[in-house]
Amino acid sequence: MATLNDPMLLRGIIMDHYDNPRHHELVDDSKYLSIRNDSDSCIDDITMQVNIKNDIIEVIRFDGVACTIATSSTSILTDLVIGKTIKEAQNIIDNYNNMIYEKKYDEDLLEEAIAFQNVHRQANRIKCATIGYDALQALINKYQEEK
Amino acid sequence: MFNVNEIRKQYPILNGVKMEGHDLVYFDSGATALKPQGVIDKVVEYYEEYSTNAHRGDYELSHRTDFEYEKVRKIVQKLINCKTDMEIVYTSGTTHSINLLAHGLKHSLKKGDVILISEFEHASNVLPWFRLKDEIGIEIEYVKLNENNELTVDLFKESIHDKVKLVCLAHISNVLGQCLDMKEIARITHEYEAIIAVDGAQSVPHIRIDVTDLDIDFLSFSAHKFGGPTGIGVLWGKYDLLDSLEAYNLGGGMNTRIECDTCYYLKQAPFKFEAGTPAIEATIGMGKAIEFIMEIGLDNIHDHIKKIRKHAIERIIKEIPEVIIYNKDSEGGPIAFNVTGYEGARSQDIGSALATYGIAVRTGEHCAKLLVNLLNTKGSIRASLYLYNTIEDMDKLVDALKDIVEKEKINKGDALSWLL
Repeated sequence: MATLNDPMLLRGIIMDHYDNPRHHELVDDSKYLSIRNDSDSCIDDITMQVNIKNDIIEVIRFDGVACTIATSSTSILTDLVIGKTIKEAQNIIDNYNNMIYEKKYDEDLLEEAIAFQNVHRQANRIKCATIGYDALQALINKYQEEK
Repeated sequence: MFNVNEIRKQYPILNGVKMEGHDLVYFDSGATALKPQGVIDKVVEYYEEYSTNAHRGDYELSHRTDFEYEKVRKIVQKLINCKTDMEIVYTSGTTHSINLLAHGLKHSLKKGDVILISEFEHASNVLPWFRLKDEIGIEIEYVKLNENNELTVDLFKESIHDKVKLVCLAHISNVLGQCLDMKEIARITHEYEAIIAVDGAQSVPHIRIDVTDLDIDFLSFSAHKFGGPTGIGVLWGKYDLLDSLEAYNLGGGMNTRIECDTCYYLKQAPFKFEAGTPAIEATIGMGKAIEFIMEIGLDNIHDHIKKIRKHAIERIIKEIPEVIIYNKDSEGGPIAFNVTGYEGARSQDIGSALATYGIAVRTGEHCAKLLVNLLNTKGSIRASLYLYNTIEDMDKLVDALKDIVEKEKINKGDALSWLL
């Protein structure tokens, strides 16, 4: 993962996911679990949908009004968890949160998401970098409750 | 003689505190102003020398608290030139003042009455009225604004009518900064026998307010916007109107008698609105902050800010065409702007980038969420000035903006370099 420590490359990843966010459209379909995560401290306001079948995240989508950090971090998250089990997704969320809050984390597991490893330098932006992760966490909880 | 360098010496945070390794350049005074040493000392003096309750004890130290605490009403009276210090209610700030007023008026308003507000109001001058609509069925209407989102006297005349019972407007908007012709607006309001309540959160720190001359009915403001402590502010009202409001906070210090048969008798204004132990040190600190700005002179403060603002607008227009200014003609208010291509949620990226230069601004909706419809953007950047800002501060902001815009052109995403 040495190459991912190159600031130019990391900036490229962030801007690529901002300009071309992955899985960035919502559908009107009741089989999806859906949640709106509207930040109480800034403008970011995203809606996320998932279709989880047999504990596997088959589809994940998001859309909304969001800044570069919120859009890009959520886009990277969708790439990371699609096709994974909810247990694997939970592990990714946990490691990502550990990274954000400067605890020990598994870099390999987070791949491109390590672009946000320094967001604590401006703590008011932590919410932007975690808005998608918080949404997915809530959806996983919802899925498990309804199971 | 207004000497900004001498003034700056009195603010400890401007003398040694660094942000991102730079001397702090503070342009978020619209959110809260920095505190001068005199205010800090006054608050500490209370804790160190006479830290007792107000209106409670029969001993010398308690008497000193009463004296210092009550003296502030007289200082406020001088600041806004009201008739008596008994028209001054201590509150926790503008938000509390407006909520107190909304609750207090609930029983004198009825279904179908209209409250006139504007779309540039802060949430604290919107939500208490929205709740009254839910509770008693009053109607909310918005004053008409011109193409520059300004409220003129003529447009106000077009907006008011017989059903309007209450007009609630920000004297100076916290985002766009227009200063309303409140004297004329109050005169017209009274022609319709309605009440005029003014949100002075942004005007009291910046301009001389004479409530007698303006002939308004209520005024709300917060001390922390002019360098006082947080958690303290004022609701002023013409005495009879004020005393007719119903108190919503009941408890110690505001009643005269309580009997077992559930009868109770309340004090008169202002004391009936001040239940419980108040923010004593903050109130005393507010007095000091008022004395501080009055000594410097509100006209001097306003002139100083106007000069810096003008300098900024001229430079930005000339040097950074990518910057959109939403209120370039506003006299002394904050500068609300965006960088083309970074409007809305992305205004935060510019705000974060400015922070790396040691510059503090506010981004987002600025608690004025209805304004989104007027500005056509979800978020903007607000640089709000106060008496301690200098032309050099403003040059740092403009230079940093220029730098950010240029670097973004070469390297998209450069504004997020702090993250990498």
